[in-house]
Amino acid sequence: MKQDQRQARGAGARDIAALERRAVAVRRDILEMLTEAQSGHPGGSLSAVELVVALYFGGFLRYDPNRPDWEDRDRFILSKGHGVPVQYAALAQAGFFPREELRTLRKIDSRLQGHPVLGTAPGIEASTGSLGQGLSIGLGMALAARMDGRDVNVWVLLGDGECQEGQVWEAAMAAGHMKPGNLIAIVDYNKFQLDGAVADIIGIEPFADKWRAFGWAVRECDGHNLEDVVTSFDWAQSQEGPACVIAHTVKGQGVTFMEHQNRYHGVAPTQDELARALAALPLHEEGGE
Amino acid sequence: MNGIYPGLTFGKATRDAYGEALRDLGAKHSDIVVLDADLAKSTKSFTFGEVYPDRFWNVGIQEANMVGMAGGFASSGKVPFISSFAAFVILKGYDQLRMAVSYPKLNVKVCGSHGGISIGEDGASQQSVEDIALACALPDFVVCVPCDEHQMRAVVQAAYEHDGPVYIRSGRPKAPLIYDATPADFRFGKATRLREGGDVTIIANGLMVGAALVAHEELKREGVAARVVDMATVKPLDVDEVRAAAADTGAIVTAEEHLLHGGLGARVAQAVAATHPVPMEFVGLDDTYAESGDPEALMWKYGLTAKEVGDAVRRVLPRRADHSTAVGAGARR
Repeated sequence: MKQDQRQARGAGARDIAALERRAVAVRRDILEMLTEAQSGHPGGSLSAVELVVALYFGGFLRYDPNRPDWEDRDRFILSKGHGVPVQYAALAQAGFFPREELRTLRKIDSRLQGHPVLGTAPGIEASTGSLGQGLSIGLGMALAARMDGRDVNVWVLLGDGECQEGQVWEAAMAAGHMKPGNLIAIVDYNKFQLDGAVADIIGIEPFADKWRAFGWAVRECDGHNLEDVVTSFDWAQSQEGPACVIAHTVKGQGVTFMEHQNRYHGVAPTQDELARALAALPLHEEGGE
Repeated sequence: MNGIYPGLTFGKATRDAYGEALRDLGAKHSDIVVLDADLAKSTKSFTFGEVYPDRFWNVGIQEANMVGMAGGFASSGKVPFISSFAAFVILKGYDQLRMAVSYPKLNVKVCGSHGGISIGEDGASQQSVEDIALACALPDFVVCVPCDEHQMRAVVQAAYEHDGPVYIRSGRPKAPLIYDATPADFRFGKATRLREGGDVTIIANGLMVGAALVAHEELKREGVAARVVDMATVKPLDVDEVRAAAADTGAIVTAEEHLLHGGLGARVAQAVAATHPVPMEFVGLDDTYAESGDPEALMWKYGLTAKEVGDAVRRVLPRRADHSTAVGAGARR
């Protein structure tokens, strides 16, 4: 489908202040559900908050929480599946399921599995958690929509460490060749992976050049500046071929004692830490709950 | 491979029948999409691609990406049939088959071509001796090893009609004809009894069905009546047919072009142990890869002919509970 035949998403000025309030509300939900679960991945959930908030609440994703299987919905795949608390929080706040359900994260019989599972929580589009796979799945979805002439955008959120996986580059190469204009990759470039700094383990730079070399349009942004994120997403969805937004982020963003601290990659906050974190994340009275 | 199936007529390779069946199915169903990983001319998926280029993607040499893409197509309502050599799509795509197909129960059909060692000269890297075990280990997967061109056509049709993941193994060489025409009554999980017999049952699939029929004739001359069962579907297994074989004939031999671990024999043994324990013998590859060589020579060297099937029967008969009456009894029945 040609770009000019596609419906604009969330056209016009966005209320950045409202998105910022929403980001606070999502961060609070992430911290509360992880503390309740006493396991999970805070660092990489918090670094992706503004990216996910912009998608769900900035008008970029077209969805209907009452019809999660609506054929013309846009797709969002969290390829870095360990960050799923941020998606669960967004889905709950968007009305896909009750917010109280967030407290069941990672518990027996819950729809909120520790990593995303297709067919459990409404709004989850792919089973991920074994890294490197989401972009391939997204490419299949983008081609299926193109084949049917459906105006569907497919957004895939990848981790920076995840981009060490070979399959990411298989999918990037194939997309660069097939040129689906409805496929957008976002990389949450928080500079850390489980064992340490990405640059120390297996560096991925020059990162933007890699995507460009594979045939993608690339734009970098500050992944915590919602104005910048929104502008970049606008740019990405107006590209003729596949587009990649490299979002520079901070692992643990929004919780001072977690920021840049890789030990919170996979360790849940204690009750004390939760209280300290929430105190620093006050809900605005018009807050987005 | 004429030397190992005396008395049988050869048809097409099952991979040729796969491509033709897919092309024919494509005419009826516009939701079928076909993906291949640069082996379309070998897997024969190009037969579909030639006619329906807008529904065919050659993703290049990217098995993992191909499987992931198939998951995306399937969750968007398409019915992807994807193919590569069995050794590549199963092994390089295994995590993707798990995460993007099996775990989310998506409607993806996987054809692993060049199954077994009968591909010949290319050698062990291209031969697939473990695909059935691995495919069976993926929950919800139907796993099927057709024996000839007619059955393959029925299997492709059944795969389309089945809502869920299916693994189909196809073969490179021309295969001996077991059926006269596309079996209309084929369905997954239902075995076909090809020969009656009361002394022992040979349960086989793929090329080993031909070997079992040859063994049946040789054993008949020795006075042994061997029942022959074509167990094309390894999962779900036709447990009723296995129980009947055990109860009626008292001994079972399995034959497969695959490692003995985790394939047809292991699954039949599990069913036998759970329903009606009887002595069993197993024909297959015993913890080894094969090598380069003429396909027929390889089948001889690695023990995948009617001779080994017959020998396995001769080993199992004395172990039958009523072995004193077993040998020769068939001639009187």
